Amino acid sequence: MTTATPKRPAVKVSPRKEQARREFLRTAGLALGMAGASLLGLLPALGGANARLRPPGAIKHRLQEQEFLAACIKCGQCVQVCPVEAIRLADLTDGVGVGVPHIEAREQACDFSCDGLQCVLACPTGALTHSIDYPAQARMGLARLARPDACLAAQGKGFRGQARGPDFRGRLRYEDVDRWNPIAVADHPYDLPLCDLCVRQCPIEIRIAQCESGKPPSGDPNQCPPRHAIRLEPLADGVDALPRVEDGCVGCGVCEMICPVDPAAIVVDIDRDADDPIAVRGGSA
Amino acid sequence: MSYFTDSLRQLIGAKPRKPTPDQIPVEVRAVYAEKRKERLTEAALRAVEHEHDKSPGRHKWRNRRWMTLILVNLLFVISYRLDIQLVEGALTGSRVLGFHMADLNSALQVMLAYKHVVLNLLIGTTTVFVLWWLLGGRTFCSWACPYHLIAEWAEALHLKLAARGWARDTQFHRGVRAVFYVVFALLAVLTGYTVFETLSPTGILSRALIYGPGLALLWVLALLAFEVLVSRRAWCRYICPIGITYGLVGSLATPIRVQYNVESCHHEGDCRKVCMVPHVLDVTIRGRAQAVDTDIGADCTRCGLCVDVCPTSSLAFKVKGLGGLV
Repeated sequence: MTTATPKRPAVKVSPRKEQARREFLRTAGLALGMAGASLLGLLPALGGANARLRPPGAIKHRLQEQEFLAACIKCGQCVQVCPVEAIRLADLTDGVGVGVPHIEAREQACDFSCDGLQCVLACPTGALTHSIDYPAQARMGLARLARPDACLAAQGKGFRGQARGPDFRGRLRYEDVDRWNPIAVADHPYDLPLCDLCVRQCPIEIRIAQCESGKPPSGDPNQCPPRHAIRLEPLADGVDALPRVEDGCVGCGVCEMICPVDPAAIVVDIDRDADDPIAVRGGSA
Repeated sequence: MSYFTDSLRQLIGAKPRKPTPDQIPVEVRAVYAEKRKERLTEAALRAVEHEHDKSPGRHKWRNRRWMTLILVNLLFVISYRLDIQLVEGALTGSRVLGFHMADLNSALQVMLAYKHVVLNLLIGTTTVFVLWWLLGGRTFCSWACPYHLIAEWAEALHLKLAARGWARDTQFHRGVRAVFYVVFALLAVLTGYTVFETLSPTGILSRALIYGPGLALLWVLALLAFEVLVSRRAWCRYICPIGITYGLVGSLATPIRVQYNVESCHHEGDCRKVCMVPHVLDVTIRGRAQAVDTDIGADCTRCGLCVDVCPTSSLAFKVKGLGGLV
């Protein structure tokens, strides 16, 4: 190295050559700086820090999101069609996940009130795969009773009032109120002798009930979920009950959103689903 | 040299070629000889410029372009805010009245990273390909990209500061943009992530306008600060692969171009001073023209600043087979 580039060359370098040399060094600096910045964007993805609950149909290969992040063109068309505005786009802190859609279930879960999986239909790149047609086919995650001791039903308690308080802005579609427009959860108070909100508001359970009464959603029997997602299992004392997640759960997050205790007794794990109930990374959201 | 190879050389950052005297055709040599006879004095040149500056259509193309750019980006915003489903999505991928459109560079990054192409993306890519091929050059850059407009205002600030010695224009080798193009393509293929999209101020700004601001705007601000203080229009000139993607499309014998006519040109260089990619205007230097009329290559963003500034109308928009563009 030292012989190849002496500090003070004996022969005088022409100014033109010197200028070219400096330009080359500057340019190399710019290139390295920008390459470094772009590699920084990979860190959140490699550390799994940007793992999030994704909209229905998000491509998952063994529950890893790499393909989903690759396929997403970051246009937000899924955001625009969602009737409950459940979908948000991630910020720069998600690195290569910037502009990719996700759902914060506790604040606004996907309640499938569009019926037709509008976000999937809107996706131009297949990042939300068109291979699913009905809510029951979604595999976003899997609900889990994280704090059984906090669960009102487990204590034999009922629930009266606004599920998440007067200031909660989340919305759900209540078909008996308005078939087409979701309303604020705060505008729909409950009076329940035994709290069963997570079962009562489960979009899969609602569909099963509709189908059983002979009125499938949109009059389409294909909309009928084949399996139950959650049910309330009575305990030995005959008073208390525990919500039990079944293999029809799609991980939409409505149970996590509606759960009146804080923090929610029931949450959605994003690293497993009904087809793959063993957690891949071990963690949960 | 064909329009295509000339454009390609511009896009990869090669030095513009100086024609040897025998490469300059007789009629062009006659034009140059005629000009040598009556060279304009500096004062006469300034007088012509001054006269032109006062003319009513002085910023015609710039105003049309700014209005178009703002309208295009506003349509996305209005469409979402008012829920009228006119233009859904963002600049990276959208649906115009239900018809798929995909930004060519974003689509390319997705294809390289994901290694699958779904039909909708293919449709969107084809639509946009045809659109920008018709318009030619890097028309997307100056007529649609929101970063271009903001960078243009930052550039005005840069020039003011530079005039007082408070900022400088550090030059880099233009070829680095082609290097970045390959690097970003390789990164997408190798990592399986659309790495460039993390940095793209075009995507960040488009989404910020439509879905609301976020931290990502800090990156855009950092880029602008770099351009104002350190290097004029650095992102568009030296880094952005979107420019190369559209440049490649626009180099395929497009019908609309900016055309240079050597006959009335004073060679004073006003056009190169306002141009973001002044190497495309090297033909306007005395002794460089190889034809009376020369089409400006595809690295040109068709911004029209040179057409606006030219005091002798030696630069003009032309449609092949149709003559001048109003």
